[in-house]
Order: sequence, then structure tokens, then C-alpha cells
Amino acid sequence: MSAPKSKKPMDRRRFLKDASRGVAGCALAGMGLTQFVSDARALPAQAIRPPGALEESDFLAACIRCGLCVRDCPYDTLSLAELGLDGPATGTPFFTARDVPCEMCEDIPCVVACPTGALDHNLTNIDDADMGVAVLIDEEACLNALGLRCDVCYRVCPVIDDAITLELRTNERSGAHAIFMPVVHSDACTGCGKCEKSCVLPDESAIKVLPKRIAQAHSADHYKLGWEENNPLVDELIDLPDRLPGSGTDNLAAPGGFLPGDLPDPSMEGGFTSGFKLPGTGGAGQ
Amino acid sequence: MSDKTKLPVGYEAIRDKGWLNAHKFLLLRRASQLFFLALFLLGPWFGIWWFKGNLSGSLTFNFLPLTDPFITLQGMVAGHWPALTALIGALIVGVAYAVIGGRVYCSWVCPINPVTDGAHWLHDKLGMTKGWQPKKETRYYVLGMVLIVSMLTGTIAWEFVNPISMVHRGLIFGVGFAWAFVLAVFLFDFAVSRRGWCGHLCPVGAFYGLLGTGSVLRVTANKREACDDCMDCFAVCPEMHVITPALRGSDDDTPLILSPDCTNCGRCIDVCSVDVFEFTHRFDDTPAPGRVRQKSTPAPKADKAA
Ligand code: SF4
Ligand code: SF4
Ligand code: SF4
Ligand code: SF4
Repeated sequence: MSAPKSKKPMDRRRFLKDASRGVAGCALAGMGLTQFVSDARALPAQAIRPPGALEESDFLAACIRCGLCVRDCPYDTLSLAELGLDGPATGTPFFTARDVPCEMCEDIPCVVACPTGALDHNLTNIDDADMGVAVLIDEEACLNALGLRCDVCYRVCPVIDDAITLELRTNERSGAHAIFMPVVHSDACTGCGKCEKSCVLPDESAIKVLPKRIAQAHSADHYKLGWEENNPLVDELIDLPDRLPGSGTDNLAAPGGFLPGDLPDPSMEGGFTSGFKLPGTGGAGQ
Repeated sequence: MSDKTKLPVGYEAIRDKGWLNAHKFLLLRRASQLFFLALFLLGPWFGIWWFKGNLSGSLTFNFLPLTDPFITLQGMVAGHWPALTALIGALIVGVAYAVIGGRVYCSWVCPINPVTDGAHWLHDKLGMTKGWQPKKETRYYVLGMVLIVSMLTGTIAWEFVNPISMVHRGLIFGVGFAWAFVLAVFLFDFAVSRRGWCGHLCPVGAFYGLLGTGSVLRVTANKREACDDCMDCFAVCPEMHVITPALRGSDDDTPLILSPDCTNCGRCIDVCSVDVFEFTHRFDDTPAPGRVRQKSTPAPKADKAA
């Protein structure tokens, strides 16, 4: 009977030792994993998530990397990232616009296929998609910007005239011609990448879809654009008390500060006497 | 220990039952592992899209959604409540494994299993020492760690490194450098720790093990009386500690292998020349006398052997 009794504290000590060793080992491994996850989370600018994809931080909690969106995309736009070859977290879906852009299917099969809601099922109109925003990134190479008429990106845009417009500018070089500048409007651009895909320049496109987090800046909260409707410079008019020169500026009997008798003689005969008195100067003007 | 212990593993089983019968469940298992991979390859290879997706999530016949419950759990811990389809899928898979044995996933489905089995085979062939053997609770620590990291990083953390999805998804969608993870597991099991990955560390196995704690399908050692101490079952079992209580139990102890660690692989059934083991359900209470005659002396010795 005594033997097991004396064994007990030994067991407990051993258990504690093993447990702490296990916990410490796992804490170490956990720190490694956390580090790895943090590194692998970075999403390169050229990798565009499918339509309806949640914000990247939520996306990695939601996407189980099943590839069902990839399978149901009729244009083979999407692929799952391969470790070490593509930028995004391994196994997550993305597309590269210059290779295969999103054709903006009306029924959005990729979103419908997603079992987890990593692609938000509330997206039912593909025109509301927000995969990124196109940016005319090289104005020195864009043919339209040089004063030629290429217009290809403008013409292929599924949201033509809303997402891309051609803005007329003077061609300073020739002095006599116009430049039809492709201009993207972020509220209408879905980030489908058709423009980037179709840009006629060899290799890199002059217009590129970028994730909004990279492409868009936000003005500070207190900036006001006075010319915008419903955007007054000050929130409401402030009625400051009127303080004008005259006898007794706080004279309620004469809110303007002047009593009719105080008005100087318009003929200015006898010189000008101001009704305004500086305190403590006996009323003599300067 | 009897003289038979020294014979090569499986020697008598092959002699007495024939090679095929002595490898029945092993072959079935390999077929099953291949089957679950082939299902998903039908699409990309032959254009037959009956099964889409991979082990993490899939859609069968455009109707049946299946989702890995462990991945779903990590997603929830990371702060995303999955859409209904994924939840239903996880429920179906979860219930299925809870009934047929959680670790059936490990031995009959998981594509890493052939890798670690291969590593063990080579390890054995070269007569290497067992190396580092983590404590048996380690896998649960790893499981906890994965859930904590998921919570802290707000991501499905294990999927960044999970060699199972790496290889399965890799074969179906394109592998990239994911094979490096598979190689790492192989080398780990081969050179660092015998049966180390599946047997001690993998949190997926730990999760499925817990899931199948009360599973119905079980292996029983109901003819344990006939055991001739050849020890072959211990040699082939990937979780050999599960065998001892059933095989070496006395009359009153259940012959059922009830440990959640048992993967229901059936290798012990294969390799036993006197057919001590068979598959049954957990409510099977067929009397199974222990090896009463030897009870007094060999019991502690048997413990050591395990
Ligand atoms: S909207 Fe259509 S083309 Fe675009 S990613 Fe989805 S399925 Fe593919
Ligand atoms: S279908 Fe949804 S969960 Fe599956 S890979 Fe695509 S985004 Fe991820
Ligand atoms: S990405 Fe280009 S083509 Fe697509 S909507 Fe935006 S501007 Fe148009
Ligand atoms: S297609 Fe390219 S070159 Fe042509 S206008 Fe658009 S951005 Fe410029």
C-alpha cells in the first residue's frame, strides 16, 4: 500500500514536467505558425480576389480553399494560389487580370458556388462588384495620353461611360489637337480587369486593376469640397454680433452703432469728427 | 515473449491465410485512399464533374455539400460564421465520422497516410531507432495551439501549413512547392520520430480522434484467448498502445478497442495468423474470455511489451 502512495508526488511532478514541456513546445510552434501565417497573409497587388470576396482579413477566416469558385467560373478566370508560385495565401482563389480577366457573369456563378460566404452571397448584381479599381498607371506610354486614338480599354469596359470615360484635353504638344484621356471612376469600376487585359501595349498594360487598398486614397475627414452639392464649407451659419465703429458699439438703441445725430456732416465742413471714441481718450479721435 | 516474436512481421499470417488475406485491409485502405483522390481527379483529368472541390470542401453531384469540420471550426474561432452550405457540409462529415470512427479519416481517406506509412516502412527496413517520441497528449496541445493561433491571427491557421490539404489540393489544383511539406513529413517520420506525425503531432488526427470518441464501428480482440504472443499486431499498429487493454484484458475487461486513437485501419486483423481481431460495433458484448491461464504472471510482462 505504501508503494503507490510514495509514487503519487513523483507522478504529479512528472506530469507537470511533461505538461509544461508540451505547452512550451506548442507555444514555440505556435509562435512560428503565427509568424508564418502573418508572412503568408500578404496579398500582392496583382492578385485580384473573385467578385464579392470579403475584406482580406475576413476572407482568410472564411475561405476554406475548396476551389469550388474556381470550378464554377466558366471562363477559367480564377485559380487557387500555389505555394511559392503565386503570391496570395496558398490555396486561396485569385485572378491575374492581364492573363484572364473576370467576364462579369450576370449570374455570378463563383459567388453562388462558395459554400462559406467568403464570397459574399449578398452580391447579386455583378455591377456592384468591387474587386479593385483600374488605374491608368502609365500616362507616358498610354496611346490616348499621347494624343492618338486607341480607346481600346474604354471600348472593352463592360461598364463603358460609367467606369471609364474619355475626357477631352488640349494637346499641348501640337497645340491644335485633342487628347482623349481615359479616366476611371472608382464608384462604377468593378475591377474586372477587362481593360488591363485588352490594353494594346506589349507586355505590361498602361492601365491596371489594383486592389482598392492600394489604389485609393481618402481625404481627411475635415476636408470640405465647397463646390459639391450638399457640402457647405461650414455646417451652419454662425451669427456673430456686429461690431462697427460708432458711438457705443453695444448701444442697443442704435444697433448699427451710430445715432442719426452722430453722422458726420456730408459736406465735411469743419473737418471730420468720428463718433467713435476710444475708451479713456476723452472722445478725441486720432 | 515467444519464439514467434522473432519471426518477420506477418510471416505466419501469410503462411496460414495466404498473402491476399494477410493484406486484405491494407489493400482495401490503399484502394479507398486512391478512390477519394480519384473522385476529385475525374473532373480535372477527364472532364467528369461529379465531384468538385477537395477534402476541405466539396460538392457532389451538384447537390451534396461536404466540408471539413476542423477547418470550419477554425474559421469560426477566427471570427467568421460560415454560410449554411458549409455548416450543413461540416455537420454531415462530422456525424459520419462520429459514427464510423473519427480516425477512419486518417487511415482510409487522408492522402498523407500513404506517405507516413511509406516512411515507417523504410524506417523499419533500415532498422532505425524510434527517435524522438513526444508524449501522447502532445497532439491535443498542438490542436489547442492551432485553435489559439486561428483566433489570434483571425485566419484558418492550420491551412497555411496543413500537409494534407497541400497534397490533396495540390494534386487536384496544382501543387506549386507544396510537395516540400509532404517531403518534410516523410523525413520527419523516417528520420526524426517513428510514427511521429500521424501518431503524435497532427492536429487533424487529434480532432477526428476526439470526434470519434463514441464511434460505433470498432475493432475487437474477441478471440484474444487464441493469441500466441507473436506481437505482429503491435508491430503493424500505428497506435500500438490501443491494443493492450483489449488484447491483454482479463475476462471482465472488454475486448473492444475503445481508444479514440485507433484508426480502424484493420492492419491488426490482417496480420494475426489466429484471427484474434475483427470489426464489430461498440455494443457487441459477445463474451471474450481473457487469457486466464497465464493471468497471474504474464500480465505485467505484457504491459512492458506494449
Ligand atoms: S463573375 Fe464570372 S468570370 Fe468573373 S470570376 Fe466569377 S465566374 Fe469567373
Ligand atoms: S468557393 Fe469560397 S471557400 Fe471555396 S475557395 Fe472559393 S472563396 Fe474560398
Ligand atoms: S476594370 Fe476596367 S474594364 Fe473593368 S469595370 Fe473597371 S474600368 Fe471597366
Ligand atoms: S488600351 Fe492601353 S494604350 Fe490604349 S488607351 Fe487604354 S490604356 Fe491607353
